[in-house]
Amino acid sequence: MMPKTALLLGALGATAALVAIVPQAPSAGAVNPAAIQIDNFHYSPAMLVVAPGTTVTWTNDDDSPHSVREKDGKFKSAALDTDDKFSQTFTAPGEYEYFCSIHPYMTGKIVVKPAGS
Amino acid sequence: MADHDEGGLGKKASINRRGLLKCMAWAGTGVLWSVSGGVPRSLGLLGEAAAAEQKSGGFTFLQISDSHVGFDKPANPNALGTFQEAIAKINAMPTPPAFIIHTGDITHLSKDKEFDDADQAMKALKQKVYVIPGEHDVADADNGKAYLDRYGKGTKGKGWYSFDYGGAHFIALINVFNFEPGFKSAGLAKLGDEQLEWMEKDVKGLSASAPIVVLAHLPLWTVYQEWGWGTEDAPRALGYLKRFGSVTVLNGHIHQIQQKVEGNLSFHTARSTAFPQPAPGSAPAPGPMKVPAEELHSVLGVRTVNYVPGKSPLALVETPLGA
Ligand SMILES: [Cu+2]
Repeated sequence: MMPKTALLLGALGATAALVAIVPQAPSAGAVNPAAIQIDNFHYSPAMLVVAPGTTVTWTNDDDSPHSVREKDGKFKSAALDTDDKFSQTFTAPGEYEYFCSIHPYMTGKIVVKPAGS
Repeated sequence: MADHDEGGLGKKASINRRGLLKCMAWAGTGVLWSVSGGVPRSLGLLGEAAAAEQKSGGFTFLQISDSHVGFDKPANPNALGTFQEAIAKINAMPTPPAFIIHTGDITHLSKDKEFDDADQAMKALKQKVYVIPGEHDVADADNGKAYLDRYGKGTKGKGWYSFDYGGAHFIALINVFNFEPGFKSAGLAKLGDEQLEWMEKDVKGLSASAPIVVLAHLPLWTVYQEWGWGTEDAPRALGYLKRFGSVTVLNGHIHQIQQKVEGNLSFHTARSTAFPQPAPGSAPAPGPMKVPAEELHSVLGVRTVNYVPGKSPLALVETPLGA
């Protein structure tokens, strides 16, 4: 994908319409991943903006277990041990605040909004 | 550890007068409590506790906490092993405690295998074990179903209950289900309205002279807000207990001994049988603290409590695993 994109950009310059088409070529879904590390009792990044259809994966890098729980229960993980992962795909635009049910002072936020909006 | 003498609590009658007592150690196996004259005191050593109890006709019970069965990280590669050691020590006591309390975080990740291993280990105890969950015991995706299926029978609400023993009234509170997420607040634990209403009724008919012992996993006073070491609505619970002459609150969660005495109320956190945690604010985060392997047993332990009818407070005995 990359060389082709570069070629298009190089050949046609900053033609917005063409650039926008490139990421839509593959079907939506798992091609649009985003990662959050849990490190030293923090979600990193603590705030993440993603486009609808993005799958966000949390990975616990700590010696302590942590979890990911949306504040109204829209999604939640079980306890994640060291190196465990949890993924959630966001389709509906909006703001999703979440916290760790084991250490509730740990909080994070996912903002889902269409690209360019 | 030599400079820390929690056992002194029972001997220093002036402690209540001081209004506040705060002391600290890293961790322990469990705590022996003696209930005497309506007031729990901690004793210095297991042998002493037993002697005091025999003299007075009271009883002792023992607190274990934060066994984190399933934990296998560098801070303690075998948490099940140290839990089994603590249980073996209890079984070797010359005067066995009347019963055992486990103040939560039985398991590390709420997994069935961890609960099975913990249950198997606790089967070696001859006494009844009263348990409450820690947040690690209700961290399954089903919000504590694994714990409640196992230990919830005969309890109220989300696992709370009370019982009487030897003239003392024990209240087992659960503060690991209703956390206030830390978006705008400190992220403290909560008991919740339903439990508080139950508790108010539970103590209503009791004589003010009945010694009260409250169990809860997270501290019922704010030890360190930044790490969520406290319970937001604890003041309401303690309000229901104001009229009682002796109230002893036994907590776990922070893997170290902290104490506070306020009038007739005394608060005590216990050591873990698994691993120590840093003192409040002494580290960037409250994760497991790695100590040299040869020191681990000195920071894990159990607590025995001795009840002696009379006028003195409940006596606590801290016993490190390495003792
Ligand atoms: Cu956490």
